[in-house]
Amino acid sequence: MSDVTEPEIVEELALLPLDAWHRARGGRMVPFAGYEMPVQYEGIMAEHQWTRESAGLFDVSHMGQLFLSGEGLDTALETLIPADVASVPVNGQKYSLLLGENGGILDDLMFTRWDGDNEVDPGVPGIYMVVNGACKWDDIGHLREFLPDEISLSHLDEQALLALQGPKAVDALARVVPGVETLVFMRGGWFDWNGTRLWISRSGYTGEDGFEISVTGDMAQELADALTAQAEVKPIGLGARDSLRLEADLPLYGHDLDTETTPVMAALNFAVASKRRREEANFPGAARILAERESGSIQRRVGLIVEGRQPVREGALVLDAAGNEVGRVTSGGFAPTVQKPITMAYVPTALAEIGTRLTLSQRGKIHHGEVVAMPFVPHRYVRAGAAQ
Amino acid sequence: MSRYFTEDHEWIELDGDIATVGITDYAQSQLGDIVFVEVPEEGKQVAKGDDAAVVESVKAASDVYAPVSGTVIEGNAALDGEPALVNEDPEGEGWFFKMTLTDKGELNGLMDEAAYADFVSKL
Repeated sequence: MSDVTEPEIVEELALLPLDAWHRARGGRMVPFAGYEMPVQYEGIMAEHQWTRESAGLFDVSHMGQLFLSGEGLDTALETLIPADVASVPVNGQKYSLLLGENGGILDDLMFTRWDGDNEVDPGVPGIYMVVNGACKWDDIGHLREFLPDEISLSHLDEQALLALQGPKAVDALARVVPGVETLVFMRGGWFDWNGTRLWISRSGYTGEDGFEISVTGDMAQELADALTAQAEVKPIGLGARDSLRLEADLPLYGHDLDTETTPVMAALNFAVASKRRREEANFPGAARILAERESGSIQRRVGLIVEGRQPVREGALVLDAAGNEVGRVTSGGFAPTVQKPITMAYVPTALAEIGTRLTLSQRGKIHHGEVVAMPFVPHRYVRAGAAQ
Repeated sequence: MSRYFTEDHEWIELDGDIATVGITDYAQSQLGDIVFVEVPEEGKQVAKGDDAAVVESVKAASDVYAPVSGTVIEGNAALDGEPALVNEDPEGEGWFFKMTLTDKGELNGLMDEAAYADFVSKL
């Protein structure tokens, strides 16, 4: 049987604050984004289902946590991302994209406005930003290069980041940190816990209700213990994180997004939805992105359900009726909740309509798929104003 | 009947002239949840080391090699509807295919159960 794991370039791998904790719980550690990270504990399928039905604890401390502050921060940041930064209220969170000059995506990110009442830089209001682990050093370099000198940027590398995701996450977390149940999707706040304060937002990357918790590295283990002591909670590895986010139509940078894809190609039009930002057209690549928004991009990211049982994975080709390569699969696998193979792929916009049947080619074998509406599994976010 | 093992984690067991081939318990535990198996068709000729079957877990696709040369006489049809059999009973109900051998002498180059256990313990 051939090797399961692909050979990795040998590099110095960093350890997470919870490294020993993962190993003690049977986590199988693999290299990811420059860290040794748990890919699974008891098994990807079981962990995926557990998260959809109960609550899973994910260690995402490899992600970059940044704090930006200074005079004119909103305006400065708006030169690099297409979001309406100015409209984001204190403790409001937003998804956005770091864009290159050609409108290509350098990274995707979440940012939140903090007032002076924060633990990181007390008295100083600013923007807290979470970026992808594999991109964080490039992102920091990019931000430092293009933000004016008045803006200071700190990399909060002493902070761990935990995500608690699933329909029972709110019950479990509210027992440990009372008050979090008052948060709604994409809002956060500071909460007292165990003599310290945690930054907690109601957000995540699984499509489920849930929370992301920023905690100092030296307190992370105690918090992870307190959370997994709740009957609803089990630790979940990267493997299930990948299948969960794929079912939820959440693209993964470096796979479904890269410097050659624009927000419109990536079907992330909501990230360029601000009327003011579109009228000002002063974010990187605005001319191209706005033209694509009006008349469509050449290619677009779509979701496909594949016939049969065999997974079609990243790198498989999308073929037209004549057998020509017209696109590529960027993520794919057997979806544990859908119970079918699913993929994300870039295809010509003319072939991106729901219901279009497409041919896929992988290792010399032909598969058939159909473009379907994403997400593959409905989101279950707890939004403001929704009945609880 | 005796069972032989390869360094690529296949097992093969000869009963008269017919050998049964599968992957080991160690292999299934490394793969994790198996979601798809493609077994060879009856009549397929394989040389020792050829790709003979495909096994896919949630994580990755892997090839299963022919442990020895011969002719496939049957693929395990049960794996089509229930690939998880490979996780549940890899060295029993989760077998991959049966074959006749070109040269039974090729089995001598493989490991016996004790040698394979020793091999796995050092991985």
